[in-house]
Amino acid sequence: MTMQVLAVDDSRTMRDMVRLALTAEGIEAHVAEDGIHGLEVLEEIAPPDAIITDINMPRMDGFGFIDAVRAKEEFRSVPILVLTTESAADMKDRAREAGATGWIVKPFDPAKLVKALRMVAG
Amino acid sequence: MSDPMAEIKASFFIECEELLEALQDGLQSMYDGEGDAETVNVVFRAVHSIKGGAGAFGLDGLVGFAHRFETALDDLRSGKLDTDPHLLKLFFTCNDVLGDLVRECRDEVPHDSAKLDPVLAELDTLIGGVQSEDQTAETVDFEVTPLSLDLSLDGQDDETVSDPIWKIRFQPGPMLYANGNEPLFLFRALRDIGDLSVTCDHNDLPPLAELDCEHAHIGWTLTLETTEGRAAIAEAFDFVEGLCTLDIKQKETGSSNLEALVPLPPLGGDAEWPADNGAPDLPRNDQVNSAPTIEQGNFPEVAETPAARLEAAPPAERKTGAGAAAPRATVRVDLDRIDRLVNLVGEIVLNQAMLSQSVQAAGIPPNSPVSTGLEEFQQLTRDIQESVMMIRAQPVKSLFQRMSRIVREASAAIGKDVRLRTDGENTEVDKTVIERLADPLTHMIRNAVDHGLEANDVRERMGKAREGSVFLTAVHRSGRVVIEVADDGAGIDRDKVFRKAVEKDLIPADSQLSDGEIDNLLFLPGFSTADEVSNLSGRGVGMDVVRSAIQSLGGRISIQSEPGHGTTFSISLPLTLAVLDGMVVNVAGETLVVPLNSIFETLAVTQEDLRAFGPSTHVVNIRDSFVPLIDLGAELGYRAPLDDYTGGVVLLIGQEDGLAAAVVVDAIEDQRQVVIKGLQESYGRVPGIAAATILGDGQIALILDPIDLITQASGRTRPKAPRHQISNHENLNSSGAEE
Repeated sequence: MTMQVLAVDDSRTMRDMVRLALTAEGIEAHVAEDGIHGLEVLEEIAPPDAIITDINMPRMDGFGFIDAVRAKEEFRSVPILVLTTESAADMKDRAREAGATGWIVKPFDPAKLVKALRMVAG
Repeated sequence: MSDPMAEIKASFFIECEELLEALQDGLQSMYDGEGDAETVNVVFRAVHSIKGGAGAFGLDGLVGFAHRFETALDDLRSGKLDTDPHLLKLFFTCNDVLGDLVRECRDEVPHDSAKLDPVLAELDTLIGGVQSEDQTAETVDFEVTPLSLDLSLDGQDDETVSDPIWKIRFQPGPMLYANGNEPLFLFRALRDIGDLSVTCDHNDLPPLAELDCEHAHIGWTLTLETTEGRAAIAEAFDFVEGLCTLDIKQKETGSSNLEALVPLPPLGGDAEWPADNGAPDLPRNDQVNSAPTIEQGNFPEVAETPAARLEAAPPAERKTGAGAAAPRATVRVDLDRIDRLVNLVGEIVLNQAMLSQSVQAAGIPPNSPVSTGLEEFQQLTRDIQESVMMIRAQPVKSLFQRMSRIVREASAAIGKDVRLRTDGENTEVDKTVIERLADPLTHMIRNAVDHGLEANDVRERMGKAREGSVFLTAVHRSGRVVIEVADDGAGIDRDKVFRKAVEKDLIPADSQLSDGEIDNLLFLPGFSTADEVSNLSGRGVGMDVVRSAIQSLGGRISIQSEPGHGTTFSISLPLTLAVLDGMVVNVAGETLVVPLNSIFETLAVTQEDLRAFGPSTHVVNIRDSFVPLIDLGAELGYRAPLDDYTGGVVLLIGQEDGLAAAVVVDAIEDQRQVVIKGLQESYGRVPGIAAATILGDGQIALILDPIDLITQASGRTRPKAPRHQISNHENLNSSGAEE
């Protein structure tokens, strides 16, 4: 079965790149522009196998988005990777505290992105 | 562009332009004192996103600059820096430089270090004083490893050992599951690097009745035989570090010092920990050991179940800027496709007009179902046409933002404090109009800063604000868009302009000109008001060139000036280049369309008004001024010049500075909007003809380019226009030609 991933990022370039990296691996990618949009897309698609989200976004940032996703019963344990350029020391702690499963630091190598996905979503 | 990365890269540069726009907007609000915390966030995000994308494409120069800019913005966000005018000025400059860098990357030209370096230095000074260790580390990360997820610990690991059997004790805590981790996948990752055997440790599993499925009751002992080092093993546990108790020991190495529980260094893509993890960091060690909730087999009654935790923190809490606009759904479409659509809709409009005409000709009563249906159809067609035109329309904002930079640079170059105030940025105009407006507008803005505004001291002496203002506004007015460039400077020095015009032999010294007429002298070719052409607005371009550029867009430009209070240039433009307001005229049996914006006045020719001027040239007397007469029919080769034009209709064709000629035609048929059909593709450029159109009855009519026609005609019949005509034209202009 095709793996389905939702990627949330306010940068169109990043969305395109994530989508490209995923589809090259036969993974189906859905995209959203910010947290609120991400939640809307989640309503429309089948529960994804994993979610990739940026942190710094307008309207609802990545932390808020993770919170909201985890608050929904059906997404409580969906793997969520945080995609961020913020490599500050506390970023991972904050991401994890928010409920993220893992993280990828931008700029990312497509192979590593897929590897990280496999690590959390099989 | 079949390469998807190339496509994404192209799209990245488009996105950059949008981000730069948001950045400029944000900085402007901050400068105007209207910014709030979210404004700073927006500004930060814009730079952040540019950096992110640039990193992905290895655009190091752009990344480096964006990173410093971002750091400075972050310092502002966190309150380390204060918003003051000087800082904002620097940020504006950074904005400009960032835009340049983006475009240089896009066009693959080298960065202009003469421009870049001083700003870079200034930024470094700014952030250098407050930069923390973290940020230094981040800088290193960006400069050293632009394209990697982590620091490639495999291979660098000096602990690669000869006798490679590892024993791993892994006991998940509840948060490990709550965060969506799955031990199975971790094991698979380990299996990928060696031979793995797994033993499940379920000693802590309570009786079924007491089993709480939210808790982690099971641990594992793994034995891994691998040639990889500790780092590779630790990498598999990267995401769960801190959410479990983990003990990685090397068996049968004899190195007993590894028996101790060694905490894992984090292995993300950051550089805050050294790559050689031989010496674990002590603080981290403490951190791991002091995590009480994840002691093996001793999980406290967790009040912190995922559900409870999440209820306590509702999602809305983290929303930033709740009032911010939702993302607009957009589709990117090839411009050619839109143009095809615009053309087709044009056809529909024509078709509908023809149909209406036939229905009328067939004598069908106006209240019949056919007629009313047709009326509705007509309304719909108009709506469709308007909607389609809107697809090509863009807000003038991008254009205005470019002008903001022009003002900054021009005012800095000349040492005046100038502020650009814009209004109506969301006014939409055809994309092509916007593109072709950039040059004339740039020139006008430079003019306003350079010539329009007084020096700061002079302003102060006159009781004006020290800082001069240049106003740039756009507004829709009766089916056209009006763009005004105004300044609150000294106004036009009319004596000086007059003297200059006389000096340059543009007008006779004894001309009696009204204020408006003098102002319009600025549009004459070869006129320059500056005593010395400054390197700012000089550049060999005069207002006459600006005027021709505006006219080529079907626009008009006019000027108004009040001594001591400033000057306003108004540009009135069509909303689209696809349709045109035209006057349908008849000459020698041919039907032609004359653009309405070029006609000042129409009048019937009487015997008394006509004068022969040489063998083949006529002039017509219009309110005591003689204007050369151009026979349109003869000019276009439809007929031989007539001996007598009495009874003909004269169209006074002119430009804002005065009348150029009186074009005589046989009759005026109608005044209407016509759809422009280009001729150039099929016929090349035809002198005097701008394009063609199809009229309601299906007839093809040529659209005149009156100015071109007059230039052609005067070049042939009147080698040089008599000087005095210009002042005559001025009179005419002011008497009957205001729009």
